[in-house]
Amino acid sequence: MLPRARISFSRMALVHLALVAYALVSLFPVFLTLINSVKSRNAIFRNPMQLPTAETFDLVGYATVLKQGDFASYFQNSMIVTVVAIALVLLFGAMAAFALSEYRFRGNSLMGLYLALGIMIPIRLGTVAILQGMVATGLVNTLTALILVYTAQGIPLAVFILSEFMRTVSDDLKNAGRIDGLSEYAIFFRLVLPLVRPAMATVAVFTMIPIWNDLWFPLILAPGEATKTVTLGAQMFIGQFVTNWNAVLAALSLAILPVLVLYLAFSRQLIRGITSGAVK
Amino acid sequence: MGSLTLKSVHKAFGSVDVLKGIDLEVEDGELVIFVGPSGCGKSTLLRIIAGLEDATSGAILIDGAEVSAVPPAKRGIAMVFQSYALYPHLNVRDNMGLGLKQAGASKAEVATRVKAAAAMLSLEPYLDRRPAELSGGQRQRVAIGRAIVREPKLFLFDEPLSNLDAALRVNTRLEIARLHRDLKATMIYVTHDQVEAMTLADKIVVLDGGVIQQIGSPMELYNRPANLFVAGFIGSPSMNFIDAERLGIQEARTIGIRPEHITLSRQSGEWATNVAHVEHLGADTILYLESEKAGIVTVRLFGEHHYHPGEEVFATPAGEQMHRFGADGRAIR
Repeated sequence: MLPRARISFSRMALVHLALVAYALVSLFPVFLTLINSVKSRNAIFRNPMQLPTAETFDLVGYATVLKQGDFASYFQNSMIVTVVAIALVLLFGAMAAFALSEYRFRGNSLMGLYLALGIMIPIRLGTVAILQGMVATGLVNTLTALILVYTAQGIPLAVFILSEFMRTVSDDLKNAGRIDGLSEYAIFFRLVLPLVRPAMATVAVFTMIPIWNDLWFPLILAPGEATKTVTLGAQMFIGQFVTNWNAVLAALSLAILPVLVLYLAFSRQLIRGITSGAVK
Repeated sequence: MGSLTLKSVHKAFGSVDVLKGIDLEVEDGELVIFVGPSGCGKSTLLRIIAGLEDATSGAILIDGAEVSAVPPAKRGIAMVFQSYALYPHLNVRDNMGLGLKQAGASKAEVATRVKAAAAMLSLEPYLDRRPAELSGGQRQRVAIGRAIVREPKLFLFDEPLSNLDAALRVNTRLEIARLHRDLKATMIYVTHDQVEAMTLADKIVVLDGGVIQQIGSPMELYNRPANLFVAGFIGSPSMNFIDAERLGIQEARTIGIRPEHITLSRQSGEWATNVAHVEHLGADTILYLESEKAGIVTVRLFGEHHYHPGEEVFATPAGEQMHRFGADGRAIR
């Protein structure tokens, strides 16, 4: 806890002012999307900032989204891709991080650097090669293609963050496990992972958002109807000449929900991990 | 059951030699203490015995069987760590029972052995608590309990008292001594605190620079230190070293005399000195004297003595308690 008494009121006020301002800036686009998604088409263009009134309230966007296209299946696709990719990123990222932080072997730091390179080089540079690979392996228009690409995209950051955290787990604890006869896998899963849970939650959140929001890879690797994700699905309302803004905004508003639920789930982990008083 | 033999154990980290050939025999039921300044290799040696670190060369035998290729859990050892190293997500009972459970003991056996160990350490009321809900002393007792439950051939203690406050340290020290008597187990104990070493050990191994300086009982080390390092390390305050030439002694390079083996007099004595500083500890009085002949000399007197800085006193070393060391630092006998 911060020593409260020593921080003056004015300083606290300033800090809160800055935080509130930042929160407003971040939330404003979301707010705008939400209010406009329940307004009629005319109202969206005439008074985009206005809150929906009795006259302008219109659920036509939601009606269109739920009627047209197979949005339930788009949601399902997005959800599967995101959840499986996060699970794989956490599993493999944590395992690689454990190996890098725990074992001394030749080329350890070189391997760490190699794995971290992915943070600096965007995976999209390799799109052509990835597409060729997917075509060759017959994975185009499958969710597997997306899951593989997103796993690769998420692992560098996961390894980077988790290996830093794993270095802070006490060596004595791991050695005590070894003397008690735990295998290296048991040490990893039963001793180390619970202790780095807050870091895992952080990585999960950082990994999740770009995957959920991505348009690029679904468009290139899995544009088929059966594998469309939400972001790609929403695109069908954006036409070259006419855009159905009601439907786009409604689709985007709906798309916020699952990601919000996931975020809440992870952030609860984050807080629980910190307060469990785990380390020593 | 429970002897240990080390045969020329070497350990190098890269190009740094940490242990330079350690030979040691520990007999069944002994409490052996490795003591030395930080960085002397004592913890590394313990970790090699535990199997947490591989020796670069040399042999480690527990009960006459070579264990270099045996994993830690199969060596029949238990270890108590400085940081307790309790599993934070398990309660005390599971912390103590985990090793047995992993080794395939039945539930009933684990329960009885945990109960017995908990009784021995008066931990019964805490069996269902998590480590985070225990005090430092209780955690250390749980860590010791975890070792007892496994009924190992060899107990290894890695500076188990350094994280405890002074009062608790004395209590836990007594507890370890009592356990050693009750269990008659072989124990190896690492510390940098020579008081712990002197009070607990059957046998002390003094290490410095990766080499065993001397092995012996506490009193052997105190009365007959093999070299300058041991002489200076064992005993508090540490031994006075005086250039032999200044005292006119030919056959040695350095003369060592313990602070408690010097007597003081206001009237007459061998060395005329000035009192530089006085420390009153109640039971002891420690004086720092400046003399022309012997340089700065520490003197420990028993009981209360009222000397004042600047006062002139005469110091006389007890001749038979003088230690002579040659040019190579070894004791001359």
